[in-house]
Amino acid sequence: MSNTLRIGLDIGSTTIKCVVLDEEANIIYSCYERHLSLITQKTRELLTRLDNEVIHGAPVHLSISGSAGMGLALGSHISFVQEVYATKVAADMLMPGTDVIIELGGEDAKILFLQGTLEVRMNGSCAGGTGAFIDQMATLLGIPLDTMNEEAAHAQRTYTIASRCGVFAKTDVQPLLNQGAARADVARSIFMAVVNQTIAGLAQGRPIEGNVVYLGGPLTFLRELRACFDEALGLSGTCPENSLYFVAIGAAHQASEPVLLSECIDAIDTFHSTESYNALPPLFETQEDLTAFRTRHAQAKVARRDPSTYQGNVYLGIDSGSTTIKSVVISEDGELLLTRYQSNSGDPVPHVRSFLTDLRTQYPGWNVQASAVTGYGEDLIKNAFGVDYGLVETIAHFTAARAFLPDVDFIIDIGGQDIKCFKIHNGVIDNIFLNEACSSGCGSFLQTFANALGYDIADFAQLGLAARKPVDLGSRCTVFMNSSVKQAQKDGADVTDISAGLSISVVKNALYKVIRCSGPQDLGAHIVVQGGTFYNDCVLRAFERELGVDVIRPDIAGLMGAYGAALYAKSERALHAGESTLLSLDALEHFIHHAKQINCGLCENHCHLIVNDFGGGRRFISGNRCDRPTSGGKQSSGLNLYAYKQQKLQAIMNDRHENAPRGTIGLPLGLNLYELLPFWHALFSSLGFDVVVSPFGSRKLYISGQATIPSDTVCFPAKLMHGHIENLIKQGVKTIFYPCMSYNIDEHLGDNHYNCPVVAYYPEVIAANMPDIQKIDFIHDYVGIDHRRIFPKKLFGILKQHFTDITLREVRHACDAAYDALDAYRKDICRAGEEMIKKAREENRRIIVLAGRPYHVDPEINHGIDKLIAGFGAAVITEDALSPQMHKEPVGVLNQWTYHARLYAAARYIADQKDMNLVQLVSFGCGVDAITTDEVRELLESKGKIYTQIKIDEITNLGAVRIRLRSLFAAIRQQQALEKEA
Amino acid sequence: MSAEHVEFTKEMREAGYTILAPNMLHFHFSLLEKVFRLNGYNVEILTNDGPNVMAEGLKYVHNDTCVPALLVIGQFLDALHSGKYDLHKVALAITQTGGGCRASNYIFLLRKALKKAGLSFIPVISINMSGLESASGFKITVPLVRQALSSLVYGDCIMQVSNQTRPYEFNKGETDALIDQWNNALIAQFNRGHGLSAKEMRANLHQIVADFDAIPRSREKKTRVGIVGEIYVKYSPLGNNHLEDFLRTQNCEYMLPGIMGFMLFKVDNRLEDFHLYGGSLVKYAFCTALMRYCTKLEKMLIDAISSSPSFVPPSPFAHTKTLVKGVIGYGSKMGEGWLLTAEMLELAENGYENIICAQPFGCLPNHICGKGMIRKLTQVHPGINIVPIDYDLSATKVNQENRIRLMLAVAHDVDAKRQQQNLLIAQDESECCGHCAGCARAE
Repeated sequence: MSNTLRIGLDIGSTTIKCVVLDEEANIIYSCYERHLSLITQKTRELLTRLDNEVIHGAPVHLSISGSAGMGLALGSHISFVQEVYATKVAADMLMPGTDVIIELGGEDAKILFLQGTLEVRMNGSCAGGTGAFIDQMATLLGIPLDTMNEEAAHAQRTYTIASRCGVFAKTDVQPLLNQGAARADVARSIFMAVVNQTIAGLAQGRPIEGNVVYLGGPLTFLRELRACFDEALGLSGTCPENSLYFVAIGAAHQASEPVLLSECIDAIDTFHSTESYNALPPLFETQEDLTAFRTRHAQAKVARRDPSTYQGNVYLGIDSGSTTIKSVVISEDGELLLTRYQSNSGDPVPHVRSFLTDLRTQYPGWNVQASAVTGYGEDLIKNAFGVDYGLVETIAHFTAARAFLPDVDFIIDIGGQDIKCFKIHNGVIDNIFLNEACSSGCGSFLQTFANALGYDIADFAQLGLAARKPVDLGSRCTVFMNSSVKQAQKDGADVTDISAGLSISVVKNALYKVIRCSGPQDLGAHIVVQGGTFYNDCVLRAFERELGVDVIRPDIAGLMGAYGAALYAKSERALHAGESTLLSLDALEHFIHHAKQINCGLCENHCHLIVNDFGGGRRFISGNRCDRPTSGGKQSSGLNLYAYKQQKLQAIMNDRHENAPRGTIGLPLGLNLYELLPFWHALFSSLGFDVVVSPFGSRKLYISGQATIPSDTVCFPAKLMHGHIENLIKQGVKTIFYPCMSYNIDEHLGDNHYNCPVVAYYPEVIAANMPDIQKIDFIHDYVGIDHRRIFPKKLFGILKQHFTDITLREVRHACDAAYDALDAYRKDICRAGEEMIKKAREENRRIIVLAGRPYHVDPEINHGIDKLIAGFGAAVITEDALSPQMHKEPVGVLNQWTYHARLYAAARYIADQKDMNLVQLVSFGCGVDAITTDEVRELLESKGKIYTQIKIDEITNLGAVRIRLRSLFAAIRQQQALEKEA
Repeated sequence: MSAEHVEFTKEMREAGYTILAPNMLHFHFSLLEKVFRLNGYNVEILTNDGPNVMAEGLKYVHNDTCVPALLVIGQFLDALHSGKYDLHKVALAITQTGGGCRASNYIFLLRKALKKAGLSFIPVISINMSGLESASGFKITVPLVRQALSSLVYGDCIMQVSNQTRPYEFNKGETDALIDQWNNALIAQFNRGHGLSAKEMRANLHQIVADFDAIPRSREKKTRVGIVGEIYVKYSPLGNNHLEDFLRTQNCEYMLPGIMGFMLFKVDNRLEDFHLYGGSLVKYAFCTALMRYCTKLEKMLIDAISSSPSFVPPSPFAHTKTLVKGVIGYGSKMGEGWLLTAEMLELAENGYENIICAQPFGCLPNHICGKGMIRKLTQVHPGINIVPIDYDLSATKVNQENRIRLMLAVAHDVDAKRQQQNLLIAQDESECCGHCAGCARAE
């Protein structure tokens, strides 16, 4: 060959792609392979192969592209082309006339708008919804990718799955599987989540239309994913030939000076030998350290008994977790007879059935006295197999830990999906920490990384023990971790260093992010660590090293939930004699399971219910937020101030004036307008407007506005605002009033009365990003209703620019009406709150102050958590209902936001109320709550109250919320019992 | 629970307590350090960096807090734990703007962190102009404010001209050497009680501009990049993963708007608040006077830089403000507020169309004024090429740099096309455009 060839390498996060082009730009060679993160070696191999087989030592034009290739290329002085730019170059050549390119890679999502102003978008650092995410989901479903694709084609319905990041989505998918949703439906829902993520995260208001081209691995291999994009975009995009190689082709074209491959290979070899990442000290300095460590931990053993020699009473505990089912059988003396650990493959029911059948057939001499189940699948398994007791996981783990260390102070359990930590005080769980959905640095996290690197988790852990320079990966969530690992590999970290580094990061995540401790003194002297993740000696060692203390790891660390359940069954049976209701062998043989999906019509939440029928009248309904579909609302307290507020707001929304002289004006029901709706409604009604209010939030409302959201990390209440505005415009409203407000009402509870920046200025974002806003009159001026005296004049100045006939007199009058209406509304809420508190006290009910922001009243924002709490029989009160009791309190932070000042005041007040507890709702991404949560926690804990925080987002896994609430109620009961004894 | 509030007393000041303060803009702050010392405060600007700063931050501050707090507090604790200071003879100083964003709470987060670390006996000084907190040992006086503002003007001047000199210098390192030289010269002047009067400032500023202008440099055109964002992340190398160092390797010229704009913005906010919501006339009059004073300083700076045709001077604040009319309201004042949006337009207007918008991950005001305005800006100024970059302790450099490279690739592409067009026009009209690559080489 006389002409110089062009080589383009695209080194992505998981794969390496290569093309060789001849002078006419024909592809004469191409390859696509996974690099298992061995980037330098793979590249070297590939180039050597090319040189020997294709190039034969001739000079070539060579360029490297791709996120994982950057360090290598720069370090070895090979020309580098940014990958999105490479795509553009290739598209200009191969697909002229393309309007939009959507490219999904292993960990990146990109949209390129090629027509008009060139705009290129990449996903931000906090965004999943990419190839790696789909891989994770397929693993979760227990099927290969192509099967997932086939299944998705047969889907009947789509569930809502969080599309923000993989970790969130996982917590949505798992409960769906555990509750019996069809795999086909879940598969398609996952694809839809990816589509929504891409559109919501990257389109940012620019319409995706015209000739759309799909590129990258996932879109090439998954036909159904393309179909989902087509459906969402309302068009038919193309996936061209060589769709995997666009980046490589673009890179090949950008290469300038010819080089010799042999020289490049030499350069890569030199690059390989430099290590420059942040390293931590090794986990074990010497082999003796490791041996001593192993000997010490070998002592924490549970008493066992040979099952073949045992006859008599036994107790069964089952822990139906997110990905696995753990079962334990103990003897009358509490000895361990039998354990079983199985994957649930997305459907726990058949696995439990086979275990029970084995138990009954293999050990006919055992008499199951009682059984208990805990974990995500608790209700399902309890109903399916007639298990005697169900208990919340926290109690199960505590019970088990106490068997090892009666005076345990602190328990930390890191499982597959979650981290649970409890502080024990006076024999009662007095504080619970659960990981937020965004920081699941848990077992499945390590497993996913191990698999991605081509190892089994046990081997991966083994490797980490030998690490000499563990990578310092920080303590953040999985998505961040992917790129940290990528960077460390780039810098030359080997797999042992990564394994150890990941284990250390799991520990740091748990300690500093979940527990927020600063040293061992925060945890107490007697610590039990459990959960499958602690079988990993790297994690265990890292934990001890980080805290500087020795801890107990039971030899059944991964079975502690089940073991605790078995112990619980035994102690409950001792208190309440009776026969176990667990299914007999005969019943197990005739066991049937049908799952049917329906939409609940009992309220506006329209929960997707899954009705599981097990024959013999045993049914289990899941997916519900309240108890109406299951018990007809009998358990519910009926005392719910959230519901009351919604009714009041609904009444205001219904107050329309058909033939109002000034026509209609629209108010979006979100952020600062939520609480002030009575104010503005009265004001504009008084001015002679027919006030149109957007409805309560819903999933549909959100989706309708998601394409215009410019910042994917802003809080969900703000994102929902786009849907509200869209709704008003669609209703034909010609004027929308949505003011900017730096300041809120001054309630004299704080040092200042600001709104948070998002609440204050979101109207500016709406004005700048929603194209349809141009079609209407959007009044979003700055107002200060805290200045009662000047406000009417200022408002008049604003309104007269839009309504020339308005007079100052009218506005003054309207303002009076507005302040009166707001005052009346707030008094009414306080009155209703007082009544509920009184009634709750008469009925001896627990009172939960569900504190948050006024807009957390929205059913789409709070996901019905208020109903969930009422369903536990407690009264639900909002923090502002306590305002007559509240005073300005000295706090340890700058108390300068109106809404937050209420939180502090409410926390102070309820800290002294015996029958009240506070549960704080926190929107994901709320910067201000990073400050308030710590403060509220301190205020409550200083008076011995349990603090409970629930993080909510676009989608919230109510399973985890339920665990948290049940734990709270269980702990309160324990506390009360102890107080009675005393 | 409220963390103990230990006051910085007069006795402490007299006892020569070391007052540690975080670093942000190296040159500006080194002058400020001097100014404070001359006023009797034993101030030391921290320069510690490295993984332990981050580790300390993560350990003692809520991890969801924005990155400036984690870094600033991490830097303090790293310093306190270093053994370099007598813990019973040290105080910490931190600024507090009193605005509606989280930043006003940093001082409380710092106190909480100290408490967690068992160091709550260390006094913390709030440097604020809002009357939020006061301490008997620390008084903000008129001379101190004037001197501090003057240091900032010097800093801005050097930053503006050096950034326009460095990419083009023939002798590598000459610009930075001149910066050091001026730093020494100014401190020497301060020591002698000079350099802070209007007359001396004017002379110094003109000399600075002339000195930098004298550095021999090439006339090639480089891609011009502007940097805007949250103030700490924008300026502090610790906060932005050494962004400036990275850009210096990327064959481009970058411009960072000065800190005086931010000062003017903060004063202007008070006037806007009065216009929007009403308030005290006395305060209004005071702020108007302060505004006038700052504007005078600004004019001094602009005049000096304009004295050389080689340099692009900063736009007057009043002009920058008009740029966002109809884009975002002047009432949006939290964080960098409308100024951030305005600076993007100012940069684009001055030929820096490729803009890095640097912000802490999850920065609330940035949802509005940064990311929230990009779409609008592309309509107002077609051709503007903005890349928002989130900074976070675990956001990796590789990701950030990759995004910046993408922005630069697009910028180079546009520049190349533009030069080609200019070349074509030049050929058509058979006369030189004066801007193209060909011209640069010919000269």
